[in-house]
Amino acid sequence: MVVGLGWAGAIIANGLVDAGLSVVGVERGPWRDTAKDFNIASVTDELRYSQRQELMLRTAQNTITMRNNPSQTALPMRKWGSFHPGNGTGGAGNHWAGITFRFQPEEFHLRSHLEERYGADSIPDELSLQDWGTDWNEMEPHYDAFEKIAGTSGRAANLISGRQAGGNPFEGVRANDYPTPPLKQPYSPTLFADTAREMGYKPFPVPSSLVSQTYTNPLGVTMGPCTFCGFCTNYGCANYSKASAITTVLPALIRKDNFEARTHCEVLRVTTDSDGRRATGIVYVDSAGRQWEQPAEIVVVAAFTFENVRLMLMSGIGEAYDPATRRGTTGRNYAYQTANSVQLFFDDKNFNPFIGAGAVGMGIDEFNNDNFDHSGLGFFGGGSTRVTPIGAAPIQARPTPPGTPRWGSQWKRATVDNYASTMSIGCEASNYSSPNNYLSLDPTYRDRLGRPLLRITFDFTDNDLKMAQYVTGKVVEIAKRMNPRQMIPSPRTGPWDGRPYQSSHVVGGFIMGVDPSTSSVNKYLQVWDVPNLFVVGASAFPQNPGYNPTGTVGALAFKAADAITKHYLRNPGEMIST
Amino acid sequence: MKTLIGFTLLSLAGTALTAQAASTEYQDIEHGRYLSVLGDCAACHTANEEQPLAGGVSLETPFGTLVAPNITPDAETGLGNWTFEDFKGTMTEGIGKGGYHLYPAMPYPAYTLMRDEDLRDLWAYLRTVSPVNHDVEANQLPFPFNIRLAMMGWNWLNFDDRDFQPDPDRPDDINRGAYLVEGLDHCGTCHTPRNFMGGDGDGKFTGAIVDDWLAPNITPDPHKGIGGWSEDELVEYLKTGGNRFDFASGPMADEVRHSSQYWTDDDLHAVARYLLTGAGIDETASSADAPEPLAQSNAQVQAGSKIYFDRCAGCHKTDGSGENGMFPQLAENPLINNDNASSLIRVVLAGSRAVDTDAKPTAPAMPAFGWDLSDDQIANVVTFVRNSWGNAAPTVSAGDVAEMRKALQGE
Amino acid sequence: MSGKEAGCAVFIDRQLAGPYGDFERLYMHGPFQDGIPQQGDQSPLTPRQRYRIGLAALNDHCRNELGAPFADLSEEQRDRVLSQLEADEIKLDDIDTPLFFEAILQNTMEGFFADPIYGGNRDMASWRMLGFPGARYDYRDYIERHNEDLGLEPVSIAGRSDWNTQG
Repeated sequence: MVVGLGWAGAIIANGLVDAGLSVVGVERGPWRDTAKDFNIASVTDELRYSQRQELMLRTAQNTITMRNNPSQTALPMRKWGSFHPGNGTGGAGNHWAGITFRFQPEEFHLRSHLEERYGADSIPDELSLQDWGTDWNEMEPHYDAFEKIAGTSGRAANLISGRQAGGNPFEGVRANDYPTPPLKQPYSPTLFADTAREMGYKPFPVPSSLVSQTYTNPLGVTMGPCTFCGFCTNYGCANYSKASAITTVLPALIRKDNFEARTHCEVLRVTTDSDGRRATGIVYVDSAGRQWEQPAEIVVVAAFTFENVRLMLMSGIGEAYDPATRRGTTGRNYAYQTANSVQLFFDDKNFNPFIGAGAVGMGIDEFNNDNFDHSGLGFFGGGSTRVTPIGAAPIQARPTPPGTPRWGSQWKRATVDNYASTMSIGCEASNYSSPNNYLSLDPTYRDRLGRPLLRITFDFTDNDLKMAQYVTGKVVEIAKRMNPRQMIPSPRTGPWDGRPYQSSHVVGGFIMGVDPSTSSVNKYLQVWDVPNLFVVGASAFPQNPGYNPTGTVGALAFKAADAITKHYLRNPGEMIST
Repeated sequence: MKTLIGFTLLSLAGTALTAQAASTEYQDIEHGRYLSVLGDCAACHTANEEQPLAGGVSLETPFGTLVAPNITPDAETGLGNWTFEDFKGTMTEGIGKGGYHLYPAMPYPAYTLMRDEDLRDLWAYLRTVSPVNHDVEANQLPFPFNIRLAMMGWNWLNFDDRDFQPDPDRPDDINRGAYLVEGLDHCGTCHTPRNFMGGDGDGKFTGAIVDDWLAPNITPDPHKGIGGWSEDELVEYLKTGGNRFDFASGPMADEVRHSSQYWTDDDLHAVARYLLTGAGIDETASSADAPEPLAQSNAQVQAGSKIYFDRCAGCHKTDGSGENGMFPQLAENPLINNDNASSLIRVVLAGSRAVDTDAKPTAPAMPAFGWDLSDDQIANVVTFVRNSWGNAAPTVSAGDVAEMRKALQGE
Repeated sequence: MSGKEAGCAVFIDRQLAGPYGDFERLYMHGPFQDGIPQQGDQSPLTPRQRYRIGLAALNDHCRNELGAPFADLSEEQRDRVLSQLEADEIKLDDIDTPLFFEAILQNTMEGFFADPIYGGNRDMASWRMLGFPGARYDYRDYIERHNEDLGLEPVSIAGRSDWNTQG
């Protein structure tokens, strides 16, 4: 039984099906199909997809409530702002950008690493950083497997066989180069990379699961090359070039006799036996409103972070986290991403900003994570600095300098003047977990089925706000050297605001670790004390580094599938004894 | 590949009394199963995947509807009471048990070439499938076509009861290819134009319309046929459902899905070699017969080129070269040069999904443009594609598109 | 070309008549209560209701203060009223005035810049103004042509006039 047919669910379902198990995949949204749903003639519709959020989960079906701290009353997010959860097969992987980083080796033992480097008491009390309980050597083959499924394009720097120029020198050592070569680059990333190189940095093409050439993955599924159409993030891909479960896994999986997909079926809870030590199946509601109980030998919950955690809370799996006592694990260590940017206005440049893709661009990693010395800086963490022009459909992409009126003739002139000659450098930075940030069930607001919404209690920590100032300052140095007419730095500032889009990289709440008192799943994504229940996704991240999460979500899915098929099936039970 | 389990039990239960003539040897039955795949019996005789060969697929003919019968060994509604001789009469003469005449929707004019030992193995296999009680009213033709006796006259005019004669001057593999193409594979049933009575017409393998799809020219004509395909490309197409020029879609998708993806490599190459060496056709067109393309200044070509670059190049590329394994190459593509543009018009209007096979599971699909492009615009873009990058073919009119649009709305 | 000439009013009319008009996709369950700004729009009113109530209140305001409904004011007067609305210097009756102004501004921009199939952006005027080529899907031949004007004609989801046979 697999809940959710996005990246994680599809990968695991395929692994279990190939091991001979009969697998039922339950998906709350529709079956998505490239030609039917992402027709090349209609997918280029900014109003429909970006403004009206066609591919995203309807908040009418399910949303979250939010507040910055427990003194406030959480209110529902009625329209998605800060993040964009998906719906249907492929999930948010249909409208994602495609940026596919691996986390660095240090991330998997971050707390130990920082204590070792900066001292045993260097981590402030406001941070609840944790080790993952796994390590680079265990993760690397699964990253490799995911990149091969997605056809990820890029250039390696640090291969077992030796180092090579042009890649990201900060990456962990890898067995293989990327399956497809880097994408061609538009003007703004090229200009950025040239400047960064002059300053002694090592720019590299952003690893991208938008394939650069026709590619057939190990499941025999073929993708076409990215055409830089600029309708990428928030849109489905019309020419099979953006990797998603629907373009890489499901075409092969759905042909297999021992797999069945049930779409438009929303899971209500995981059922357990009387002492709660064994999952017995799930209860779900179909599109006709009928309720079904599906028994299962193994239950894998692989929905989006929010729904993974909500299902565990509603199913009574683990102890709900209480920030007052810092006890309990379900809902613990919710974290986000700290998105910063610097906007550059030029007079003499034409960036043709409509040419782009969610994951075409150049980046540097000198200011990311622990790639620089944090001694005396008063914060930990950092960000991935990069220029990734995603396209410039004009309802949203209309940069004007601050102080420009928002309508009228002056507005129009400034909009025309700056449309093609403005670019932006982003710094997608870490967000380190805190005892004050957590997920719980909302006491007031309910979904259409009468179940409590998930409540987010979150704000940026002092650590992250200091980090944001620091890394944005570093970006400004590069921006200055690019010599724009005007430059607008936007380091992230508090409080967290649910209105503007920042990132869909919501992580944690049902985290991986070594200790059942501070984590929910072991390193095999197996729930402590409920050995036939696996919860997979970014919900397992104990904190969020300065990278996009999908590569690691994919790797964790392969890791869980590998553990189930190679170890659990032979000897069903706790794979790590407590 | 899922049909072998439990054969012996089933054959005992369902067919013991009437199956004495059928072999029960594993290899004969297995060979018979392969022959049923070669002949793609399931295409017409399996309407419901849960009930293989229990009949029920409707065949639209110019004369009315025929429904393929139940050929499982069910005594009441299938072939349970048939003998091998009854079966052989059906396959080679078009005469069913009790002496009634079949309609040639059943390709007995092709199957008549089958060797006796192959017929025996095929029969042996058919005795082993699960009997299904499923009554099919096969003949739903209106008067006067519902009079089966009329088929006697049809046979007299259109049918040669013949055996396959290998040509001693040809290599064995080409003879094997001929046996398959002309016999069990019954390629001509779709790819040879019908005459006014529904029999084989002139122009063997030069293409015909089936269910509003063009079953294209498969002669070695380098311009309109498959003369420009290599043997490996033709094998790739039949085995995997696609090659750089095309993906099987429409009725051919069913053929690949149920039949040719399972042929042995030897048989695939034999069929390819036979077709590419002329398929016994006395004279086929050569490249010298290729027409000149329309001038680029042609108004339809002009307008069509704009549509192509704005809408089609995102997959098929500006130079029409496509992406092997994903988006068909339109340049120098003989399928595009067929005089009849029905399939092209159809896929632009309604889209089309490639067949999925074990070798190529992707099943990429062309999206529908009928909602987006007018009849004029589709005529323009199809005319442009048919006269660019080495292609040359007659113009397509808005009327042609309107006609197809209407036909599709009726489906 | 003004927003109205570009079809923005038609656009807004059509949007309000469709699923957007009643926030069909959105979570519209109570209790509705005011929160902090970062919790976003918490109004129980649908866009259709916001326009009905807001436009009536705006006309009331204009009649009372300036002696004529908004549409009959001079261009200067209209601009001034809009500026006051934007600056939160006018309090309209029965409607959260800043929220109402933001809805009008956002929907007008949507109409001006969205694909013309929705009734605004007539003749792709705004796309021509910016040099945005519209509903295209392939820049492989252009991505490495840096810092130059590519001269691409805009195309709508519904196409462009060059698609039709000329003459």
